[in-house]
Amino acid sequence: MTDNVDTTVARETDSGRDIRRLLELAGLAVTGTVSLVMIAFIVLFWLQEQSIASGAYEQFMIAGQWLDHYLGTNVFKWAFMWQQLAMGVLIGIVAPLIGTFLVHREMALIGETLAHTAFAGVAIGFAAGTLVGINVPLYFALVVSILGALGVQWLSEHTDTYGDVPVAIMLTGSFAVGTLVISWGRGQRGISIEGFLWGDLSIVTASSARLMAVLSVIVVAVVIYTYKQLVFITFDEQAARVARLNVTAYNTILVVMTAVVVVGSMQVLGVILVAGMLVIPVAAASQIAHGFRETMYLSVLFGQLSIVGGLAMAINYGLPSGGSIIVVAIVFYLATIGLSSDGVRSLSMH
Amino acid sequence: MSYAIAVENVSFSYEDRPVLKDVSLSVEEGDFLGIVGPNGSGKTTLLRIMLGLQPPDSGTVELFGTPASSFKDGARLGYVSQHSTDADATMPVTVREVVRMGRYAHAGIGPLNEADRESIDDALETVGISDLADRRINHLSGGQRQRAYIARALASEADLLALDEPTVGVDADSVEAFYTLLDDLNGQGITILLIEHDIGVLTQHASTMACLDCELYEHCETGQFLESDALEHAFSSARVVSSQQLAAGD
Repeated sequence: MTDNVDTTVARETDSGRDIRRLLELAGLAVTGTVSLVMIAFIVLFWLQEQSIASGAYEQFMIAGQWLDHYLGTNVFKWAFMWQQLAMGVLIGIVAPLIGTFLVHREMALIGETLAHTAFAGVAIGFAAGTLVGINVPLYFALVVSILGALGVQWLSEHTDTYGDVPVAIMLTGSFAVGTLVISWGRGQRGISIEGFLWGDLSIVTASSARLMAVLSVIVVAVVIYTYKQLVFITFDEQAARVARLNVTAYNTILVVMTAVVVVGSMQVLGVILVAGMLVIPVAAASQIAHGFRETMYLSVLFGQLSIVGGLAMAINYGLPSGGSIIVVAIVFYLATIGLSSDGVRSLSMH
Repeated sequence: MSYAIAVENVSFSYEDRPVLKDVSLSVEEGDFLGIVGPNGSGKTTLLRIMLGLQPPDSGTVELFGTPASSFKDGARLGYVSQHSTDADATMPVTVREVVRMGRYAHAGIGPLNEADRESIDDALETVGISDLADRRINHLSGGQRQRAYIARALASEADLLALDEPTVGVDADSVEAFYTLLDDLNGQGITILLIEHDIGVLTQHASTMACLDCELYEHCETGQFLESDALEHAFSSARVVSSQQLAAGD
């Protein structure tokens, strides 16, 4: 390799980079503002019966009607639509955020595995709902998926690091358990689980949006708090160990956060497609970003654009949300390959 | 004189294959130790054990007077591993971001402060790559990359720099410049441990040499080392001969 191989950077002028940075920051500011509005809606919806929030909630819905009026849409006047949008916007932030670390640690399959584990959790949750009347399948999914995450972490510590085989066994095994529980549960009483498989906006509820809001705030806070350590471990785990970072603890934090994000995203994206949102925006960002922080920013922006485009498609044409979002994300990925001067960068995905 | 590293009677095996047998050596603070030996002689394993990355099966290791396993002051240690990292080939990360990592052991979970940023700038300046700070590391040449890793260790103000074959794939001019940099750092009091294949270059720079092949054949000052027959012993040991025969299909 020679010293002047950096063709991408050399061609870009400083002012070009500044404009790009400004655009990225502006995009993030918009994303941040929109997500705060969404969280505000979720909180107001939750507290609408309380006198303190009822006025504000009504004002919010009136603003929604105006928005529909000006945009010529039939979306923002409905509370359930706000919940679905809120869910989408939050997924568009947290999934690429965690995905940035997963992809560059070559742990992309972990997200898929934890989604399948969460599926078993949902199945058990539905079964528990029919048997004992505790109807909170997402909370079951959360618990099972976090246990699955800790299991994956244990396996990775005691076998090859995030080796394909133990992960594949876990992925298929948990899905198998899920199918058995559903089959058995159907005998007890009808269970419809298809929405969780493919992603379906109509299964988003006020309580699941609330859960996602809480999980998103936690995930963003943890990433901000541990960003430095996670970057170091992602880039050079051995050097991080020499620097006496607690690598095992940070790895555990990362897989548990992955489980949390997967469970929060599974209603909109579906178990089968949830890993796409962890990977595709990051793959797109990695094509054109200069540094890791920029990759993370661009991943969130691509994630957000995919969500907005995908939801618009899904709502307009009555399509499944998961498939629509992932297809839009792939369009962005292909576009970044066109933009990148290096051609396709080989990101390993085992 | 105090010791940066004290290894006593260390043995280590991978399953039933012994890699290190009863190795004892001490590295004084400010030493520049060159470690040589045939392929598979346990050099990297010894370095990992010295840094506390791997516990030995038996024996003890101390880093700056503290058992390596309980040594907490990671900021004092800098490590450049073999082939650096796999992630540096694909991961979008700038040179500055890599060098910043050197401050993470200092900063804990808080943000980096002005003093941290100064250390980062100084480290980039020292290794002569300030102008490359905003480039992606995988856009650099092998020699520039190694400088970035050294800068990371310098940014952490490490007292001990451990390098495992850092010049593999680096062109000859860059290797020479690299050694000059190591000499400078050693002159400033930084202890250096260096595993290197090119024994000729290494002996021109290291103040002490260690030669091992599972056992430690020699550990002494470089001048004395060159007069000894340690290399001949190590490279003609029964282990090496049998592995060469295996490689040749005998």
